[in-house]
Amino acid sequence: MSILINKNTKVMTQGMTGKVGQFHTVNCKAYANGANCFVAGVNPKKAGELFEDIPVYASVRDAKEATGATVSVIYVPPSGAAAAIDEAVEADLDLVICITEGIPVHDMLRTRYKMRGKRTVLIGPNCPGLITPDEIKIGIMPGHIHRKGRIGVVSRSGTLTYEAVGQLTALGLGQSSCVGIGGDPINGLKHLDVMRLFNDDPDTDAVIMVGEIGGSDEEECARWIKGNMKKPVVGFIAGITAPPGKRMGHAGAIISGGQGGAEDKLAVMEECGIHITRNPAEMGRVMQKVLKVC
Amino acid sequence: MKIHEYQGKEILRQFGVPTPRGTACFSVDEAVAAARQLGGSVWVVKAQIHAGGRGKSGGVKVAKSLDEVRSAAQQILGMQLVTHQTGKEGQKVRRLLIEEGAQISKEFYLGMVIDRSKQRVALMASSEGGMDIEEVAAHTPEKIHKLWVDPAAGLTGAEADEIARKIGLPAAAFDQARAVLQGLYRAFVEKDAMLAEINPLVLTGDGRVIALDAKFNFDSNALYRHPEVVAYRDLDEEDPAEIEASKFDLSYISLDGDIGCLVNGAGLAMATMDIIKLYGGNPANFLDVGGGASKEKVTEAFKLMLKNPKLKAILVNIFGGIMKCDVIAEGVVAAAREVHLSVPLVVRLEGTNVELGKKILAESGLPIISGSDMADAAQKVVAAAKDM
Repeated sequence: MSILINKNTKVMTQGMTGKVGQFHTVNCKAYANGANCFVAGVNPKKAGELFEDIPVYASVRDAKEATGATVSVIYVPPSGAAAAIDEAVEADLDLVICITEGIPVHDMLRTRYKMRGKRTVLIGPNCPGLITPDEIKIGIMPGHIHRKGRIGVVSRSGTLTYEAVGQLTALGLGQSSCVGIGGDPINGLKHLDVMRLFNDDPDTDAVIMVGEIGGSDEEECARWIKGNMKKPVVGFIAGITAPPGKRMGHAGAIISGGQGGAEDKLAVMEECGIHITRNPAEMGRVMQKVLKVC
Repeated sequence: MKIHEYQGKEILRQFGVPTPRGTACFSVDEAVAAARQLGGSVWVVKAQIHAGGRGKSGGVKVAKSLDEVRSAAQQILGMQLVTHQTGKEGQKVRRLLIEEGAQISKEFYLGMVIDRSKQRVALMASSEGGMDIEEVAAHTPEKIHKLWVDPAAGLTGAEADEIARKIGLPAAAFDQARAVLQGLYRAFVEKDAMLAEINPLVLTGDGRVIALDAKFNFDSNALYRHPEVVAYRDLDEEDPAEIEASKFDLSYISLDGDIGCLVNGAGLAMATMDIIKLYGGNPANFLDVGGGASKEKVTEAFKLMLKNPKLKAILVNIFGGIMKCDVIAEGVVAAAREVHLSVPLVVRLEGTNVELGKKILAESGLPIISGSDMADAAQKVVAAAKDM
């Protein structure tokens, strides 16, 4: 088992025929069961064409009807990405993963508003995607650093997730699923939502939670963990050295109005029983120690 | 992207929010001429910089004659204004706003931000105008009234009236307050703002509601659809290194340490700064080269870091995903050759094609120190910087 996706998931790609979409579609298709998972692309101007033997459809609805795909991954450029999410939501997909970085915040506010009461779950935007090792990879992460196992990973950052995964794999600790929730201020699943899924997943034994400055997602997740989580959680927050008021690369990584600092987040996480580390090189080893004690 | 107060007031007026009449000036003579043109007997001379706290730091002066306008303009223009938001070096004043004076009966605070948890635009209003809102929030949070706007309905008249009542505006001013609140909300949404503040909003002696200040911060991801906002950009207010970086699509922020870092990915870049600090060093910058860094981008990144006179060592930390380690290694070698590197360079590579990348570094003949993992690399770069 795993969370959200597995080897039987059928995926369509919105923005598949663009340069970025092509590159990652080839890689995702080549990973594990990808050839059976990536079944459709969407582009109204290229409907009827094939890319890497994957048929292109005019709309999300057409792709869903023709192939049974219930999950979409989006590589559409920023100005059209929110509309692409809207289309997937209107077609009642189960899950939408938006990789695109740079979507205007007000576009995401409108899209999230339209998603109220809908069944579609959103991951991202501005995220690396998610992977269930040896089964399926949806997104831009390097597949080869992962190893199948029982540790869940949830993170707002891309390469910092790879860092955590790389450390786990080097120690022989495989992963159940790794979810990048993205670095934007307005996004879909939060740390808390993914943590609930890991808590309920019988094949996940423990979770690494990687956060960063800005917002209060990590604190909200930590408070939920304190009362509900049955599994150990290791936590790291990036940006202890980040100056206030400066946006640190990610649109959402900013300490504003005295809120969202790393030390505050770490303090709440520690108080809620999360095994925190201030050393990003120690995430894997802390997990190893925690598992030995448990 | 931030703008000046006088530009913010131009936007407010476009959306029906009244402000005092005023003129932006770049010289003392212009300031005096502007005051003469405005007429009246009281003027306010206001330093225009992209930072708050100007009043408390001597950047705002009231003048009661044209001579006083001249002397205030002489004092403020060209001064290095230090406020709690500028850092200790302060910011040079290059522009002034000359405004007609207003008779203030009462001051209020109005602000709008994006609430990340509620995923709505949040309106904040308070009877405690003219003060630092963070102070009010810390000491008397009950005096801040909040409202989360429904995007479909917008800010309704009833909601605006409720806010006006809560902050203590007289009923006679509700119509004006409604125009201000709804105008500010429309400006916020239509111009893709991330933050807007009117502090203070004032009730004048003759019962008018006007914005005495205006602060905006816009979503840089939405600037492509707002050329009129981009036209307000003032490069003098930005860090030259950050401007240079943005030309090459590099995400760069200057810090006050002496160890440069070049990293792929924002989260890993922050974590790299953190680990340098953890091992006793001080990062000189945040630098994310992004997912598809070319040799040219890496070279530009090196040049940027080397412009910092304090720089004592560089740490390159790459976790190759899309970016292949051999490509980045070639970029690092080429950049180090081109810029005639004068400080120690520690490189840590991991991920796709890592062995090939390490081989390229080892065979380059350059004195590159290799880090086996993030901790090892951080310890080595801190030691190297201490030896310089």
